[in-house]
Amino acid sequence: MDTPNCRNRCVGPFSRASCSLLPALSVFAALAPASGRAEFAINLQPPASGLAREIYDLHSLILWICAAIFIAVFVPMLVALIRHRKSLGHQAAGFHDNQAVEIAWTVIPTLILLGMAWPATRMVIAMKDTEKEDMTIKITGHQWKWEYEYLGDGIRFMSNSSTPKEQIDGAQPKGEHYLLEVDHPLVVPAGKKIRLVTTASDVIHSWAVPALGVKQDAIPGFIRDTWFKADNPGTYRGQCTELCGVGHGFMPVVVNVVTPEQFAAWRQEQKDQLAAIAASAGKTYDMAQLKTIGEKVYAANCMVCHQATGAGIPNVFPALAGSKIATGDKSGHIDIVLNGKPNTAMAAFGKQLSDLDLAAVITYERNTWSNRTGDLVQPADVAARRK
Amino acid sequence: MNTTAISETAPHHDEHAPAGIARWLTSTNHKDIGTLYLWFSLFMFFFAGALAMLIRAELFQPGLQLFQPEVFNQLTTMHGLIMIFGAIMPALVGFANWQLPLMIGASDMAFPRLNNWSFWLLPAAGILLIATFFVPGGAIAGGWTMYPPLYIQGGISHDMTILAVHILGISSIMGAINIITTVLNMRAPGMTLMKMPLFVWTWLITAFLLVAVMPVLAAAITMLLTDRHFGTHFFNAAGGGDPVMFQHIFWFFGHPEVYIMILPAFGIISTTIPAFARKPLFGYASMVYAVASIAFLSFIVWAHHMFTTGMPVGGQLFFMYTTMLIAIPTGVKVFNWVATLWRGSITFETPMLFSLAFVFLFAIGGFSGLVLALVPVDIQLQDTYYVVAHFHYVLFSGSAMAIMAGVYYWLPKWTGRMYDETLGKVHFWLTAIAFNITFFPMHFLGLAGMPRRIPDYALQFADFNMISSIGGFVLGASQLLFLYNVVQCIRRGAKAADKPWEGADTLEWTLSSPPPYHSFVTPPIVK
Repeated sequence: MDTPNCRNRCVGPFSRASCSLLPALSVFAALAPASGRAEFAINLQPPASGLAREIYDLHSLILWICAAIFIAVFVPMLVALIRHRKSLGHQAAGFHDNQAVEIAWTVIPTLILLGMAWPATRMVIAMKDTEKEDMTIKITGHQWKWEYEYLGDGIRFMSNSSTPKEQIDGAQPKGEHYLLEVDHPLVVPAGKKIRLVTTASDVIHSWAVPALGVKQDAIPGFIRDTWFKADNPGTYRGQCTELCGVGHGFMPVVVNVVTPEQFAAWRQEQKDQLAAIAASAGKTYDMAQLKTIGEKVYAANCMVCHQATGAGIPNVFPALAGSKIATGDKSGHIDIVLNGKPNTAMAAFGKQLSDLDLAAVITYERNTWSNRTGDLVQPADVAARRK
Repeated sequence: MNTTAISETAPHHDEHAPAGIARWLTSTNHKDIGTLYLWFSLFMFFFAGALAMLIRAELFQPGLQLFQPEVFNQLTTMHGLIMIFGAIMPALVGFANWQLPLMIGASDMAFPRLNNWSFWLLPAAGILLIATFFVPGGAIAGGWTMYPPLYIQGGISHDMTILAVHILGISSIMGAINIITTVLNMRAPGMTLMKMPLFVWTWLITAFLLVAVMPVLAAAITMLLTDRHFGTHFFNAAGGGDPVMFQHIFWFFGHPEVYIMILPAFGIISTTIPAFARKPLFGYASMVYAVASIAFLSFIVWAHHMFTTGMPVGGQLFFMYTTMLIAIPTGVKVFNWVATLWRGSITFETPMLFSLAFVFLFAIGGFSGLVLALVPVDIQLQDTYYVVAHFHYVLFSGSAMAIMAGVYYWLPKWTGRMYDETLGKVHFWLTAIAFNITFFPMHFLGLAGMPRRIPDYALQFADFNMISSIGGFVLGASQLLFLYNVVQCIRRGAKAADKPWEGADTLEWTLSSPPPYHSFVTPPIVK
């Protein structure tokens, strides 16, 4: 807490560096994103799937109809406001109620609405048709990252925001894809019908990629489905669109659409990596190795709440530095990380992370900041406490 | 309307209100209570408006500058909650208290003591809400819609908010019962239902909506409370519950709530436009039927707030069709206002300027509502800034600007003094222009895919956000002119005539300005 007026503000999960900056000074620096992206975009993103294109066209149609009605209604109003003023000596007419007019302005809008409802109905039915898919991907929303699982392939990974927090705090210039970049994007083949089934582990999230015309809430305890078929290879970006807590604005979605051949190669590579991890199950690691892995796992999974300093956010998220759990019995620490704490933002990481990652992050937490337990937690210790 | 009223300019013999603070604490007089409601809502309007200024300051540029996400989420959540329950609703109830007895020729509200209690519950709830900023963990931060399971994760402020919303709900229900009883039983002789001013009609229908849906909200938040503390699992799938069920219950309240905030605004506009066009409302009966239709439809459209939760095809189509139907009675209202203006003898005093802007801007909000009604388009726009733009066009340029029109229109009656017309017009133009600079670009942001309720955003959204923030600061600052104008009017405004508006024709204008403390003790005869 460097300045008095920062005391109440700097209680968030990101670094406090921004507090010492005068916001006004960085205004103009931030104003110069010289990328090729469409500045002042005023319409839906360029569609990259059949569904998105139909939505785009439907929206354009409705917009033109609305514009026509707007002109039809407000031109007479403007004429009245200009010509029928008292200051011009206009005398008020006394007329009111005219059944023919009233029937007309009820029936005509009804017909226009029927005209709008017809194409919309066709599209709703198409969007809900998740059958005859080429592949299915299960998407699980976690606070605050996405998990992708390719059903039937055993491929499963987490997708975290990769925007450095120095950029968020203004300590570094912001990159081209600021807040819309991840460490592991979803990879899918072009031209294939991808069925998505969504769920969540904690609160409601929403998985959205505007260019593909997809937005589906991910609801804990329930499975929902939707689909898309991307026209061409490319990278498409979106964000979580349902408020899900502190990290809601930092939970991007990135979809890499590749050719079917590239996808087959990528799939084989993922399977090979999974095999390598399985082979290393019984290995033991030393303190330096565990802390190196653990620091990365901590940054991706724990830091938003417990902070880089391990100090947490007072009264919101508990500190790890000096905490009873992180300096007490090893098994208690492993249990809370594996199983989470009900009705809080502390997730059950047992389902999200591998034994090695869990062992590493627990070792890191027990031997960083003021914590000096000297304990080593090996993957086998974690495996033993899984129920 | 042809009326013969008994003028009551002479001081009344039984004016025995206590002086000072006791007058306000113990008052059972509808005018005093109306005034209290209006001041309370003005205070809350500025408080929640200040939160909006902080939001726009953080969103002025990308990156986190002023607030960390935890605090930012508290600002957006409390801005919404306080504007709805603390500013817009109490302001409209304030209008009801002042105007309903005067417009139907009644001596007071039907239940004056209940009326006193309805109001004095509000400061208790308001203090409780504002206090949440200072408890451990801060105010609620999961959105004013209070969706679980996120709401279950929060700290003590979440329990305080549940209690505050319960209190506000009790206040609203009692106020609504009072209004229904007053309007149905205390109309002056000769004032049949179909002779009531439209403002009275809109409030009568709104009061029925309140009685119908506030208990539903109470049920929803009570279930949240028991889920939080008493081991129930209404909204927890692990215990057999369903988080989406909360959304169904909440929006069954929430959509009628939207009309609770707009129908009395329709009533104000349907009063001011004929007055300043010097011409009767074009279709009185069809306006009444349109309001009743909108109220009915409001009960069967709730799930259009939930199209992305993943409903079956049949559900999506049903709620899309019913939502589109609302455009018909809403269109009827706009057409009627325009037809009322046609061949009138129009003048442009401040209340009329606000009313005209209402018709124009509310229509934009109506059109964006129609766009959002279409499920495929809504899938793209749900939870983006397009929705933020939409509901500010219906709630700010809708409800709030109608309230401002009503305040300028009736201020001479309430205070016996005129406001400063020039200042009023400056306030109007600054508000109308700044409002559009603030909220029109949000349509573009939403279309381009910017989610709502985020403290930081990608770089392609930077330009419109900065424009929007600048508009927002001007919009916020302009409202200080409103406060200044009202205070100056009360303190040293020129003496107002009993009927300062040439075209006004409702009963309150037959009384003195300000009206006697007890008015219409002998009811007027309406022909």
